[in-house]
Amino acid sequence: MHELSVMDSILKVVLRHAASNGVEKVVAVGLRIGKLSDLVDEWMQHYFDYLSKGTVAEGAVLKIERSPVIFKCKACERDFPVEMAEIRTVACPACGSGDITLIAGREYYIKNIEVV
Amino acid sequence: MADIRLIEVKEEILSDNKTQAVQIRNDLRAKKVFLMNLMASPGAGKTSLILETIRGLKDAYRIGIIEGDIDSIVDAEKVTREGVPAVQLRTGGFCHLDAPMIGMALDEMDLENLDIIIIENVGNLVCPAEFDTGAMRNAMILSVPEGDDKPLKYPLMFSICDVLVVNKIDYLAGSDFDMAIFRDRVLKLNPAIRIFEVSCRTGEGIEAWTEWLAGEVKSLST
Repeated sequence: MHELSVMDSILKVVLRHAASNGVEKVVAVGLRIGKLSDLVDEWMQHYFDYLSKGTVAEGAVLKIERSPVIFKCKACERDFPVEMAEIRTVACPACGSGDITLIAGREYYIKNIEVV
Repeated sequence: MADIRLIEVKEEILSDNKTQAVQIRNDLRAKKVFLMNLMASPGAGKTSLILETIRGLKDAYRIGIIEGDIDSIVDAEKVTREGVPAVQLRTGGFCHLDAPMIGMALDEMDLENLDIIIIENVGNLVCPAEFDTGAMRNAMILSVPEGDDKPLKYPLMFSICDVLVVNKIDYLAGSDFDMAIFRDRVLKLNPAIRIFEVSCRTGEGIEAWTEWLAGEVKSLST
């Protein structure tokens, strides 16, 4: 639902790095987004295309990598990934404890840009 | 043909918003103004809880409200009737409030003469969870008729809140809502969250909530 403002933030960061590196054209943007984000890849690309028209980033492809949702077991201190579909019944795979806490899965990280 | 180069960026996408949010928090802390972000789905009782909070705390604290709900001045009118200043943000179709919008609202407020500002965020359990508003505490309301499965559907919202108000507990009798299962689901996502069970209609549990809020405000001055 808020793709527009997220993509606007991404574009600003991309254009800032493009300008400071004297870039002619951005061909791709590498992103890492937590699986807890509800943004859909296709829509992110649509909004990015719309916002980037007329900039050096026009036509750039978003390469989106999804980073896992990670929980930490408070009993045995182990970290483990959890699929969204399993979040309903999640327990520590090592010791079986249900005393666990969310430690990662909601990041919006821009890794790099491919440029000419 | 020119070679393609890779430039490392390594930035959080919402870093602009985060920077502004941190700035807002620091400014308000220096002015000893407590800012709370209140989130919930439409109809969960955001305005009702704000009105109950004003009634409980207005003799001890000077309260202001930032109304962020979509294009309506209904909520702001209800609040100003309680003798409390309210700024209405015209968010159009926007699904959330972010730090720059809150910054604009704060510019309209008399910060020297306020102790507590409550943000009534847009009614939605998805988008507001993603944006730091600059508030010192994130609070959410979940009302009993919405069901005890909401932590499973909106885990991000439950994981970023410091406090959860379960409203409309007067509807518990005769509903399928299982409070023990609900609490368990919430605490799994966020073991540090404080949970208050209230009914804005009967007033049950409201005092425990306002006492908590007053305690948070006091801790700003220490």
